[in-house]
Amino acid sequence: MTNTAHRDAGLLRVDASECKGCGLCIEACPPKVIRMDETLNSYGYRTARYAGTGCTGCGICYLVCPEPGAITVLRATRPRQIAGVQARP
Amino acid sequence: MSSEPEITWEVARSKPASFYSTYERKDELQHATHYCPGCGHGIIHKMLAQAIDDLGMQDRTVLISPVGCSVFAYYYFDVGNVQAAHGRAPAVATAIKRSRPGSIVISYQGDGDLSAIGSAEILHAANRGEPLTVIFVNNAIYSMTGGQMAPTTLLGQTSTTSPHGRSAAHEGYPLHVSELLATLEAPVYIERVGLGDNRQIAQAARAVRRALENQVRGLGFSLVEILSPCPTIWKMSPVEAQHWVHDVMEKTFPLGVLRDRTQTAQAVPAPDPPPTLSAVPRILGVADTGLPEGLPRVADVPDVNLQMRVAGFGGQGVLLLGEVLAEAGLDAGLEVSWLPSYGPEMRSGTSNCHVRLAREPIDSPLVTHPDVLIAMNEPSLRKFGSTMRRGGWMLYNGETLPEEGSSKDVHVLARPFTQIANDLGDARAGNMVMLGALLEIAGSLPQTSVESALGRLVRNPRWLALDESALAAGRRLMRESRAEVSHAG
Repeated sequence: MTNTAHRDAGLLRVDASECKGCGLCIEACPPKVIRMDETLNSYGYRTARYAGTGCTGCGICYLVCPEPGAITVLRATRPRQIAGVQARP
Repeated sequence: MSSEPEITWEVARSKPASFYSTYERKDELQHATHYCPGCGHGIIHKMLAQAIDDLGMQDRTVLISPVGCSVFAYYYFDVGNVQAAHGRAPAVATAIKRSRPGSIVISYQGDGDLSAIGSAEILHAANRGEPLTVIFVNNAIYSMTGGQMAPTTLLGQTSTTSPHGRSAAHEGYPLHVSELLATLEAPVYIERVGLGDNRQIAQAARAVRRALENQVRGLGFSLVEILSPCPTIWKMSPVEAQHWVHDVMEKTFPLGVLRDRTQTAQAVPAPDPPPTLSAVPRILGVADTGLPEGLPRVADVPDVNLQMRVAGFGGQGVLLLGEVLAEAGLDAGLEVSWLPSYGPEMRSGTSNCHVRLAREPIDSPLVTHPDVLIAMNEPSLRKFGSTMRRGGWMLYNGETLPEEGSSKDVHVLARPFTQIANDLGDARAGNMVMLGALLEIAGSLPQTSVESALGRLVRNPRWLALDESALAAGRRLMRESRAEVSHAG
């Protein structure tokens, strides 16, 4: 787990089977690292997708998302030890 | 660059444990709610579930679902659930809180439910200071039914019932429920929040948590009104709808704390337990003469265990048939239930009832798999025939059973009961001919109990005589037919 994507303090997972593509997380995300996927899920919705880098782990996308389990936010447990990344308290 | 330490990730935000892991409402939608994209209900459900998790009270929470889009909340929240009739959630919540004071009771209601049909219930629950938590989701319109005007609809806002926009002159002003309730003495905490942007949503989550904490502390009535987007009925994108909450709705419904007495409020004492039965005469100041005479002794109670469905069209006496049977069971000292189910029509339409008679207490009045079906017309047979238990009895009002009428291993008696009653004097007594046949099947129900039940329910002497002869005819018919009753399947 040492590739560059994981230097971020946060990581975002979107469950494409739950996401309905409302776009509220994209609007809410402070660092703007969520995009709308071009492909459709099995219900026919375009779904939100993490851009891959830049997540701060703030959890706002989770807060504004209307689906109970569509978004999971993870945080690095020892972010201060990572060179070049400012940890958020 | 120095060698990097290995990073481990921990989950910071994920689906709260107070939600079910899968939703059983539909086969194809087990992981997503039924709400539209961008619906405020989902956001509010999450903050509520998160607060229940955080306060560690999932096992003692009872959520009252309303009528409206959130009617199915019980499919999502893994807590105690009760679904209330339209607007009645605060009354149901009151009953549950008083009978189970240790429970955390949440009334979850929309603006149509709470501020229109349920305006009396919320007013009085608040005025009594019931120690409940009310989540009031206000989207300024009736959404589930397609967008009619609600009491909370904004001036100028169009709806299917105010197509030119709500006018104060004709439809009145938007009802400010939170402000109204804040004029009462009893409420402890009332706050209006919104889902208009990130900051507002975070504040809404804090308010929901506070309203629950108040109940944990035993304080009185708490209500959080949440201005919530409805992109579908407002005909906006989810992001536009969110902005509309912030830019438009909030002007009519300003956010803020309208009542906060949480610092000074005293915990509401739990209600006294109800008096024992033996204490009642003394409380009422009447002589204790013991139980009234004439109640049957348990040893005499006949051995009957009947789960029955009676169905037909309105006017055939479907409900009366079930009622006579249930009354007769009561008379014989049995536990009984009689649950009618019918449409708004007085005549025609369809009508059916669930009837249970048993020696043991009855857990549910619903009969989903009857062991006796009385089908007074063909549609009833088609609807309920396939639900029968094996080995049960089916009485069908017709010369012969339609070919596809029954596929299961059940006893069938198909006779023109209506015609038999017509020959006796009135076709409308067909229900009693069928009841007579049924009484032969449920043989241990005493004839005297049936006669006394019939006498109580049928007051007209002419009809009573006719019904008695119809009952006798039905009994005779069953006795004569026993040998030749077809054994389907």
